[in-house]
Amino acid sequence: MFDLKAHLKTLVEAHAPSGHEAPLRELIQSAWRGLVDSTEQDRLGSLIGIKRATQPPAMPRKIMLAAHMDEIGMMVRDVVDGFVYVQRISGVDNRVMLAQTVMVHGRQPLPGIIATVPPHLLKNGNGNGKYPEFDSFVVDLGLPANEVTRQVRMGDLITVDAPMIDLNSNRVAGKAMDDRACLAAVTLCLHLLQKLHHSWDVYAVATVQEETGLLGAKTAAYQIKPDIAIALDVTFAKQPGVPDEKAVEMNGGPGIGIGPNLHPKLYDKLRETARKQEIKLQDDLLPGNSGTDAWAIQVAQEGVPTALLEVPIRNMHSAVETADLRDIERCGRLLAAFIADLDADFLTAIAWEELKAQEATA
Amino acid sequence: MDTTLLKSLSEAHGISGREDAVRKIILEAIYGHASDIRIDPLGSITAIKRGTVAGAPRVMLAAHMDEVGFMVAGVDGDGLVRFTAVGSIDDRILPGMRMKIGANAIPGVVIWTPIHIGREQSVVKLANLRIDIGASSKDDANGKVKLGDMIVFDSYFGELGAAMVRGKALDDRAGCALLIDVLRGGPYPVDVLAAFTVQEEIGLRGAQVAAQTLNPDVAFVLETTTANDIPNPLAVPDEMDEPNPTCRIQGGPVFTILDRSVIVNPRLLQFLRATADKHSIPYQLKTQPGGGTDGGSIHLANGGVATAVISNPSRYIHSPVTYLHRDDFDNTLRLVQAVLHDVNRDVLASLR
Repeated sequence: MFDLKAHLKTLVEAHAPSGHEAPLRELIQSAWRGLVDSTEQDRLGSLIGIKRATQPPAMPRKIMLAAHMDEIGMMVRDVVDGFVYVQRISGVDNRVMLAQTVMVHGRQPLPGIIATVPPHLLKNGNGNGKYPEFDSFVVDLGLPANEVTRQVRMGDLITVDAPMIDLNSNRVAGKAMDDRACLAAVTLCLHLLQKLHHSWDVYAVATVQEETGLLGAKTAAYQIKPDIAIALDVTFAKQPGVPDEKAVEMNGGPGIGIGPNLHPKLYDKLRETARKQEIKLQDDLLPGNSGTDAWAIQVAQEGVPTALLEVPIRNMHSAVETADLRDIERCGRLLAAFIADLDADFLTAIAWEELKAQEATA
Repeated sequence: MDTTLLKSLSEAHGISGREDAVRKIILEAIYGHASDIRIDPLGSITAIKRGTVAGAPRVMLAAHMDEVGFMVAGVDGDGLVRFTAVGSIDDRILPGMRMKIGANAIPGVVIWTPIHIGREQSVVKLANLRIDIGASSKDDANGKVKLGDMIVFDSYFGELGAAMVRGKALDDRAGCALLIDVLRGGPYPVDVLAAFTVQEEIGLRGAQVAAQTLNPDVAFVLETTTANDIPNPLAVPDEMDEPNPTCRIQGGPVFTILDRSVIVNPRLLQFLRATADKHSIPYQLKTQPGGGTDGGSIHLANGGVATAVISNPSRYIHSPVTYLHRDDFDNTLRLVQAVLHDVNRDVLASLR
């Protein structure tokens, strides 16, 4: 029996900032062992798990599922008197970092915190009324200065160090729910596929370097050359501070992207599958760049019809990204049902109407 | 240092006025090592360890059990929890913080608008922050938390290398651990009047009552204070804008000259310095007068009590993760025990 929550906890508590995804790759490889027929990697390090069609036609088509395994992080700018100075490298929020526990990835992982000045010594109560910027951050590892110098070098990476915790109502909070909530959904999908027949080959991909520019999705899609693709990422769940039009409900089911980045007929097919399976979906309007792996995959090779499914989370890019396990579970179930539902002629079915008309007259 | 004891003290939940869990740990730890163990009406523990010499000075040692934290201030319509601070806490550390609420330690997180939506850098005041406990509605939340429930940082104790420990509330659970070690040690020539006080963080309340009750000849407050010996990456050395560190890790026990609550009796301070020198124990003087301690109320108790403050230097107090160096704890304990051996009627006479 697959334990979704335990799997997710393992994933979010591991450290894998963009460009340094090896620890996650090993975890995913081991979680997918037995669920896929083979695995390979693209040259940037994206992990590709291949599950062959159980009822293959003469020429099985390929569906690519993509969720990124990298997380946001920081970098060591300098080491001074045993203290570590910090450089921002991706979308880390300086406002949630004070007093945050972090891990500095030196010659071995070293736990520390972003240092704070005790309130007794603050002028005006809270500095100048602004959150401090990265250039003022100091990581204290609590080790002798010579030990820090021996262990830590400029350019070493820093990630948030925080366990996943349970909230009420099936919600969990932790770092890197973006995008490991979606990776967990893909793993669940692979588990469910073990009991289903499907006529398409499934390429499940844990992509690298999404947070630094959708890079692993680009190289993986090039290598796989999929016929269709579904990218999975997190989206904003409703909370104070986030405008309602940018957000979907927690526990309202996966978000599904609508917009030029996403293929309308894949959208329709996902909607239809969701209706048959009685799975809730929430429209997420994306008028331009979706900012997800879908953006890179859509233009790979000769172009790929691509859809986007999203797990709603609160507090994105903080140490308490909050997801509802039921949304992750729905996402995994929908993926599996969608794949099982794909028939050999599906590509023809989603072809542009004008193309079909042209072929009919030919 | 009894690391296991300090861990359990650090991880116990006990804001001002809700010190019950800490009290329980301390009572178990001191049972058999002191007599006259009492809990006063405010909740402070007092205990006496009789000296080996009849008529010797009555020396009060005080450490506070409470920690800074928060209380539930209400529940919004969407089930998010409003909260208010108990003690002084920097609002800037709160976004994205993990919390534990109430007797059942319900987990919650301080919600934060994602950086993708807004990058406003002005500090959001506590009154405008909310805790998400995963409640689906106001009714759902009200079934799980209630007005006035204690909130503490969700933090765990840990060790950094061989010498440093970290955890929440070491201010002043490290002082409590020191005082427990004092009671477990000895014997001493003086009567040790131990007070594990309540409500220090909101105005030195428990210590006042404890001092009035114990009526000591002299008092020493065992505290944990603000080491701020970290570099400032933005400092321009020529402009002398390095922060004043106040005191340093590994500098030994910190003696207060004055703070916002007390001017330490200068002759008692001199006695502390001489005692440290005599026993070759490193010490340091606190170089900023910020904050207050139980010394503020003890020195005014009854007809007045000569009072000094002896602190563990600790980084990041009043945050979820405070750092304490084992050498400092050990040296502070040695100093306090030396004081108990050296303080006598002649010393007391010199204080007047």
